[in-house]
Amino acid sequence: MRDFADIWSYLAQTPLIWLTATLIAYLIGDYLAQRAGRAPLANPVLIAVVLLAALLWASDTSYAQYFEGAQFVHFLLGPATVALAIPLWHQRRALRRALLPVLAGLVAGSVTAVLVALALGQWLGLGPTLLATLAPKGTTAPVALGISESLGGSPTLTAVLVILTGIIGAVVVTPLMNALRIRDWRARGLAAGVAAHGLGTARAFQVNPQAGAFAGIGMALNAMLTAFLAPWALRLFL
Amino acid sequence: MIHALTLILACQLAGETLTRLFGWPVPGPVLGMAMLFALMLARPQLAGQVVPTGEGILRHLSLLFVPAGVGIVGHLGALGTYGAGLAVALVLSTVLGLAVGALAFVAVARLVEGGKPDA
Repeated sequence: MRDFADIWSYLAQTPLIWLTATLIAYLIGDYLAQRAGRAPLANPVLIAVVLLAALLWASDTSYAQYFEGAQFVHFLLGPATVALAIPLWHQRRALRRALLPVLAGLVAGSVTAVLVALALGQWLGLGPTLLATLAPKGTTAPVALGISESLGGSPTLTAVLVILTGIIGAVVVTPLMNALRIRDWRARGLAAGVAAHGLGTARAFQVNPQAGAFAGIGMALNAMLTAFLAPWALRLFL
Repeated sequence: MIHALTLILACQLAGETLTRLFGWPVPGPVLGMAMLFALMLARPQLAGQVVPTGEGILRHLSLLFVPAGVGIVGHLGALGTYGAGLAVALVLSTVLGLAVGALAFVAVARLVEGGKPDA
């Protein structure tokens, strides 16, 4: 039998080990989230990231080395963004019927979220790189990473901010809408999709199917709007 | 499945090419999404092919964030210094975005639908 250290030094050279580790960490995260009854704070991505970060630290592996394997998963962000056309297509009739309210909610919600985030960020002393990282945080991760990169932000930090935004939105949306006495499920769902992307959409589907459908519309449309809005808003604050 | 995957990748490739060619601020895949949506509207039989594969990718959307999220190991310093500021900006912007978005939807729906919410 060969020394384990020999096998490790061979495996560490191939993408296989970190690709597998990424999938396993995600499955563990998903399992734990399920066990926690899909509580918003038990987010599978958050759990997987913590597990992998601990593993990298314990095995003295650099992020670049990890990414050699993880890049195959990372690559799928692009095709996944293109595939967001599908929920939009499924909802095309509901979208056409409520086009004006949807556009109003989309623009108002998205502009408010981006401007408030940047204004507070600037007021609290965040520099240009962090502001560029913060600007696209309300939109779905594959799109946010692309925008952050093209604005000169840090895509990896944006990924974390996007996930945190989704968690915050999923936690506050129901009590907030009740406090505002908004009973229209379409309005509640759309706002959740616009302000808190996929996590808000998942939350909306748990509460009401119509809210879920409109959250899907909000998420897909905000992906397009943020691509134009974030660079414009960032210029106001630099 | 290969047809659907080819179409999705072709939309992404066309999006990347066009945005770079004209220097547009939109990420290539976002333009690709718009093109796929337009194609599906124009040719509904295309949708039948793309939907199963596309939904397969979207079902595990959160897995795809993991590699980028692990990059946080390189930013622990920035989070330590600016963590409080980032947290305040995230919470307030999300709460206000939700509230203003939903209120705007309700206000416009009331205008165009004549005061019947949920019609």
